[in-house]
Amino acid sequence: MSELDVTLTVNGERRRARVEPRRTLADLLRQELGLTGTHLACEHGVCGSCTVLVDGEAVRSCLMFGVQADGSEVTTVEGLAGDEPGSLGPVQRAFWETHGLQCGFCTPGFVVSVTAFLRECPDPDDEQIRAALSGNLCRCTGYQGIVRAVRLAARLCRNEKDHDERGGGELEVTGD
Amino acid sequence: MCVSAKGAYLKAAVFEYHQPASAEAAVEMLAELGEDAKVLAGGQSLVPVMAMRLGRPEHLVDVNRVAGLGGVTRSDGMLRVGALTRHRALERDLVIGRDVPLLARAAPYIGHFQIRNRGTLGGSLAHADPAAELPAVAVALDAGIEAHSVRGVRRIPADDFFVSAFTTVLEPDELVTAVHLPVWGAGSGFAVAELTRRHGDFAIAGAACGVQVAGGRIIRAAVALFGMGSVPVRAWSAEQALADTLAAEADLTAIGSEAVAALHPPADAHGSAAYRRRVGAHMVTRALRTALAEAQRGSS
Repeated sequence: MSELDVTLTVNGERRRARVEPRRTLADLLRQELGLTGTHLACEHGVCGSCTVLVDGEAVRSCLMFGVQADGSEVTTVEGLAGDEPGSLGPVQRAFWETHGLQCGFCTPGFVVSVTAFLRECPDPDDEQIRAALSGNLCRCTGYQGIVRAVRLAARLCRNEKDHDERGGGELEVTGD
Repeated sequence: MCVSAKGAYLKAAVFEYHQPASAEAAVEMLAELGEDAKVLAGGQSLVPVMAMRLGRPEHLVDVNRVAGLGGVTRSDGMLRVGALTRHRALERDLVIGRDVPLLARAAPYIGHFQIRNRGTLGGSLAHADPAAELPAVAVALDAGIEAHSVRGVRRIPADDFFVSAFTTVLEPDELVTAVHLPVWGAGSGFAVAELTRRHGDFAIAGAACGVQVAGGRIIRAAVALFGMGSVPVRAWSAEQALADTLAAEADLTAIGSEAVAALHPPADAHGSAAYRRRVGAHMVTRALRTALAEAQRGSS
């Protein structure tokens, strides 16, 4: 079985790997590049745990072969953290604040999906939020905390944008 | 499950990967490889099938980098939509939304947005899931499916394209390159209605409908159902019952019943055949009501 060279940009860094064509993009990220934040659960496109951004669009990384991502720009949950080492990005912070997770296994997929969703729909209503979350399964929370997290994340992302334009200082985080 | 030399668990069986840059190169590969090859487009149905090893193609011909498989062009009252057009583009493309609104109305019902970012129009038709939306849209609108092979190009009427569940008339060496759909024009309305257990699931039953109204009369009607048999079903008798009636007087409940009268839908854990027939009738009524309201707003 022949292996192929893949070059891609992951979280802003140029990475190379040599993989068998049957290895999924999720396999490539986790096993070749050591980015284990992308979680695998169902591995056939149902649960959304493995969601990553490929060229800015949220996709199931278990339904793409790694070789197909050659030349692409990929963002994983590791790329959605805050600027300071160990700090959280706005969507992560919102999940933390509102109990948007319990065991946390599905959370990276939710964080990536919600990030893509809020870029397109920065001020969503609850119906839009629930529709956007329908492609990610959570077995713990019952989703109420996650819906609250998206509401807060939307506010944080909007504030952060304003805040960046004003330049600096601590951002206040409040749940609703 | 299989374990690789690196100790990693692997889902799909071994295959040889091919990445042609042109449609000509792709069909040459398909001709050479024959039944051992599968075309990989969006992969949102094929990759799960491979992950479960229900399918073990020896060769995958990935058409994602084939030039000229995207794009939307209009000529002679028809819209040509490239086979590699993603479901998300069907939702968002302004030309598609204006000229063939039924495609744009159907797309949001497909899976979830992460799936629609990858899934393609041509792939959905070639996969031929009997509960899928786009095959029913193609059948309702008398679409023509453009297929290339080393023998040339042919355009297959949607009504002849679907043979049975997950089976089409495509030869193993043929590649779907585009779909041709008629542009209906003023006074038309379109809608999709379906019943699913959860948002994004395949439908228990659904309907894709179009109507066109002029001077208060229905001058054109298209009704197709999905999830009601092994292939999408055109409801010819319902269309005849609608033709040339006054839009304000159309009995859409009766038309819904007419649309399913001759059907023998499958029974499964989600519902009996009789239940599916009732749901199908309601979906036709619901979609026609929405379509007719739009048509009447837009007709002179």
